[in-house]
Amino acid sequence: MTGVSDVSVSLLPRHPWTAFCVRRSARLVLSLGVVLTASFAMIRLVPGDPVRAALGVDAPPALVAARRHQLGLDQPFLAQYRHYLGGLLHGDMGASLITGTPVAELVRTRLPATLDIALPAFLVTLAVALPCGLVAAVHTRDGRRPRAELAFTAVTAGLASVPDFVLAAGLSALLAVGLELLPVAGTAGAESFVLPVLALSLAPTAVLARVVRVEALKVLAEDYMRTARGKRLSPARRYLRHAAPNMATAALTVAGSLLPAMIAGTVLVEKVFAWPGIGSAMAQSVVAQDYPVVQAMVLILGTTVLLAGLLVDGLLALLDPRSAIREM
Amino acid sequence: MTALTLCQVTVRYDGPHGPVTAVDGVSLDIPAGTTVGLVGESGSGKSSLARAVVGLTPLSGGRIILDGREVGGRTVRARRHLGRRVQVVFQDPDTALDPRMTVRQTLEEAATAFRRLDRRARSERVAGLLDLVGLDPRLADRLPRQLSGGQRQRVAITRALAVEPDVLIADEITSALDVSVQASVLNTIRRLQRQLGLSMLFIGHNLPAVCYVSDVVAVMHRGRIVETAPTTALLRDPQHPYTRALLTSVPILNAPPPGEPAAPALPALPALPALPDEKLS
Amino acid sequence: MSVPTRSRRSLPSSPLAWVAATMLASLVLLALAGPLVWGAAADRPDPSAVLQGPSAAHPFGTDNLGRDLLARVLTAARPSLLLALSATLLGAAGGVVLGASTAVVGPRTRRWLATLINLLLAFPALLVALFLAVVLGAGAGGALFALAVASVPGFARLAQTLAAGVSGTDYLAAARVLGLRRHRLLRRHVLPNIAEPLLLSTTMAAGTALVALAGLSFLGLGVQPPAYDWGQLLNQGLDRVYAQPLPALAPGLAILYAALTFQLLGEVLAGSAARRAHAPQSPPTAPLPATLPAPLPVPDGPAGDDHVLQDHVLQVEDLTIELPTPAGVIRPVRGVSLSLRAGEIVGLVGESGSGKSLTALALAGLLPEHARVGRRTHRLLGADLTAMTRKERHHHLATGLAVIFQNPASALNPSLRIATQLTEAIRTHRGASRTEAAAQAEAALRRVALPPSLLRSRPHQLSGGQRQRVMIASGLMVRPALIIADEPTTALDVTVQRQITELLSDVRRDTSAAVLFISHDVALVAGLCERVLVMYAGTVVESLPADRLATATRHPYTRALVESVPDLTADRDRPLRTVEGGPPDPLAPAAGCPFQPRCPHRRHRCAEDVPALTDLDPGHRVACWYPLPAPAKATAS
Repeated sequence: MTGVSDVSVSLLPRHPWTAFCVRRSARLVLSLGVVLTASFAMIRLVPGDPVRAALGVDAPPALVAARRHQLGLDQPFLAQYRHYLGGLLHGDMGASLITGTPVAELVRTRLPATLDIALPAFLVTLAVALPCGLVAAVHTRDGRRPRAELAFTAVTAGLASVPDFVLAAGLSALLAVGLELLPVAGTAGAESFVLPVLALSLAPTAVLARVVRVEALKVLAEDYMRTARGKRLSPARRYLRHAAPNMATAALTVAGSLLPAMIAGTVLVEKVFAWPGIGSAMAQSVVAQDYPVVQAMVLILGTTVLLAGLLVDGLLALLDPRSAIREM
Repeated sequence: MTALTLCQVTVRYDGPHGPVTAVDGVSLDIPAGTTVGLVGESGSGKSSLARAVVGLTPLSGGRIILDGREVGGRTVRARRHLGRRVQVVFQDPDTALDPRMTVRQTLEEAATAFRRLDRRARSERVAGLLDLVGLDPRLADRLPRQLSGGQRQRVAITRALAVEPDVLIADEITSALDVSVQASVLNTIRRLQRQLGLSMLFIGHNLPAVCYVSDVVAVMHRGRIVETAPTTALLRDPQHPYTRALLTSVPILNAPPPGEPAAPALPALPALPALPDEKLS
Repeated sequence: MSVPTRSRRSLPSSPLAWVAATMLASLVLLALAGPLVWGAAADRPDPSAVLQGPSAAHPFGTDNLGRDLLARVLTAARPSLLLALSATLLGAAGGVVLGASTAVVGPRTRRWLATLINLLLAFPALLVALFLAVVLGAGAGGALFALAVASVPGFARLAQTLAAGVSGTDYLAAARVLGLRRHRLLRRHVLPNIAEPLLLSTTMAAGTALVALAGLSFLGLGVQPPAYDWGQLLNQGLDRVYAQPLPALAPGLAILYAALTFQLLGEVLAGSAARRAHAPQSPPTAPLPATLPAPLPVPDGPAGDDHVLQDHVLQVEDLTIELPTPAGVIRPVRGVSLSLRAGEIVGLVGESGSGKSLTALALAGLLPEHARVGRRTHRLLGADLTAMTRKERHHHLATGLAVIFQNPASALNPSLRIATQLTEAIRTHRGASRTEAAAQAEAALRRVALPPSLLRSRPHQLSGGQRQRVMIASGLMVRPALIIADEPTTALDVTVQRQITELLSDVRRDTSAAVLFISHDVALVAGLCERVLVMYAGTVVESLPADRLATATRHPYTRALVESVPDLTADRDRPLRTVEGGPPDPLAPAAGCPFQPRCPHRRHRCAEDVPALTDLDPGHRVACWYPLPAPAKATAS
């Protein structure tokens, strides 16, 4: 018996890890392929002539033809795709139909600004939701304090249903304009980060706190928590050492699923705060029908989301090798 | 009456650490009208075998033969052919019945699976079936959660019998029940087997319960059948060391109290390897 | 400790339900009547009142054409809600078909579908919707379709997860064996059983869809002028947010209100679904108590034997437990008394629901916190636990007794090393240093015949039998005077069961700890224990030497229980003994002997008075007015 366990200790992780990495990479490649193809196809799928739409009906035909040629729209489909991928490899994402500036330049200046608010928002969400959910679970377990449970449920339900862009508009009206406490828009100084981060993280925090509470309640009802009670360990040891590690996986899984939504949410929030990021660039170019820019932004946002997912899955695999690998 | 023969049946799964052979070349003969018991511990592959026989798990090798003709379970058509002849009852009374269907709906679905019945014939059939297993006909309009575990298990047996199968496979049907309920389900299943002339494969981990209903007992260990013998012969003179280990491990009610020398109710048997040679006390 | 009862538990949820219902009604009313009542006002331009702030005539102000914003917000309810609901329903329909079909297709198709759903899920719905809206062209129809498609993967994953739960059930397997065709399986068995949670998340998703559609309109991709919805109104007003916050934010408040409505509605639905899932499982004929039982009485049973038994490790008298359940307060343990001498091994036998495990938990002070416990005496090692402070009691229990639970797989913490789980108790209560504790843990593992190298393992690397040995070692660490083993072998195979019971016997012999062995297995207890207590419906009905179990039981229930166990030597042609009927409904305990309705020997008195546990001879006590004759009739063996 002992021999079996010794062998399993050393051999167990090896094969599954390889399988995990292979499968995860395969999925990433497949998803990246989807993003690339979708962003490429978008400009070709748009109803009507995208160049004419962007330049307006009065544009001289010569200019339209020139832009079409510049975009490669007059070439065969496969050649266009090859050209597109080749361009991407060299960092060439085309140029804006309207301003003519290279899109790559736009991405280089704007991507950091978006990450500057998306990442802090994610960290704030984790830092607030995890303790809140755990504390709420400890206080309302076994149907105790039904009033506190109701209050937690109602408040988080309320906060979770606040749309980020509505919150953004409200916050800017209240705090920035009404009370003149914080900057309204732009990236001037640390204070200017407060409102966008708050707008992005409030609803996800409420959602995550609810999930953490439910997960924590499940863990607290487990047999091993009764064993820990039987040992009469201190509450701090029981909750932090015995309960917390067992809910980390579930909490992080949900948090990981919130991250892409948060990145997508930057589109609307950046528009409200005129934040010079990917999102606001996308919002502007969508309205202006500046398709090369939209195309690039879809590609960048999609890739960011996929890489974030990879990060979370890797973290999960490190934290809890068994379940993460099994679920792949 | 129908005989079921399993011929070198093998079942493999894709486990998390590579393929797992759950059932490894099992051959077993269930003669017409007899009950064959299959006993084994958890992970021995006995439930995988049951699922494979009724076509719920694909065979990785071997054949299943009903009355001399090979049957398969790969397609819905083959499964329908098989289901008309072979039915199964599972272990868990909690999930045995669809929680949203009344007993009547469950039984009607089974009774009409292979033959058309008009409204009156259906309700007569349901009443007759409930009577067969000794259930109050007033239970027909109850939902599963309004029944006790023993009642649910009886309804599950009734559902299997509703298609009038020739072969019944009972997979751990009493292991989730209390002993007093287990006794009445065992009585029922034994009476039905004799009354209807069923060929039955009775699977369980509780050796006394399996022996009680079976004419022949097969012992399964790590995917293989290690011994098959008529019940009395198996109890009197077990051949395989694993069978002996199993028999000595079964607690016996009228064993002598601790401290006194044990008079073996069964032939003195070697203890399990890696265990101190002690009497069960 | 407050006892949440049925009425008090359902009270708090009802205001939420009322609020949600009222909000939903207002939205429905608004969607139906809004355009009829305010439609004209909303479209009437007034060049004299362009871009006004809030006033009596225009509570929310006016827009750039002088149209009344309040009227516009109210009128926009219909398109906003209609679009959101259509998109949700379309998306839900697509997703559910995609996800639920995974339960009924073959394994290969299932894997492909799962991969597809995984792939689609990697992209956030908003981004997909944005992309599709761009491709489809700006407009309400495009936005609706885009959003519907974008919400398909989420629904598909949910339906897939739920359907996987159904596909693992025995009833779906049975339906497959019946040869039902796939569409029939899906329609009859899968969809009805996942409908409730799906409906719930559809409700929540409607809120999300509303916000997302508003977001698309906000970006200029959704509803196009001259039509308008809330998102578009918000977009139009955003430039004014710094000058006139209310006119700018009014559409946002409407979005918030609608989103909150759907969220609360989902909340209420989820709450009522959860309550229904916990509804009593007993037949509907069982009457529910109209009132709560009287509060726990101060035990005052037969006095006289209230003295302290000095050589006893454990002494409990008149233990009673009350548990609140959604259907009412039940009393699963009623007046149990028991005592154990040092080195004694005592069995506690009963069927499920007899209260044996709750008794064990009460002895160890581990009942759920909402349970109420009453007892006249509770002494561990001679010390009265009822007279101690909470802290003293904890220390005394932690060092005086150890509990071994039924399922070693779940009783050990999966994320902590064995070493941590073995040493933490003595480090906390005995102040042992790290090295001392480690040395003792090695010794404890050796004691249960496990190698010390296991200290660095985690529970999942051990077999079931090894885990239970670790649990025993963990209990031995505090050198307990009493070991309570609650069905310690029920989750194990019969060959492993024998190893564990032998280990417990050895431990008892070597450490002279008393063992209370709780089990449903009469035969196991008879072979292992010296003395046996038989429980039925929360009371001890018989207490006897273990060697009398097979042939000399006196209580009709014990006799029936013993005879219903199949034996290897049983006569296979004779039916097993059975007991008609079921245990009494814990919610509606009847007067008299609890076994009386099922007892073949009952007489008048049995239905009226509860028999007390009385001595037949030293060592044999029975709670029956008419005990069976002592020389037993022929038994099953």
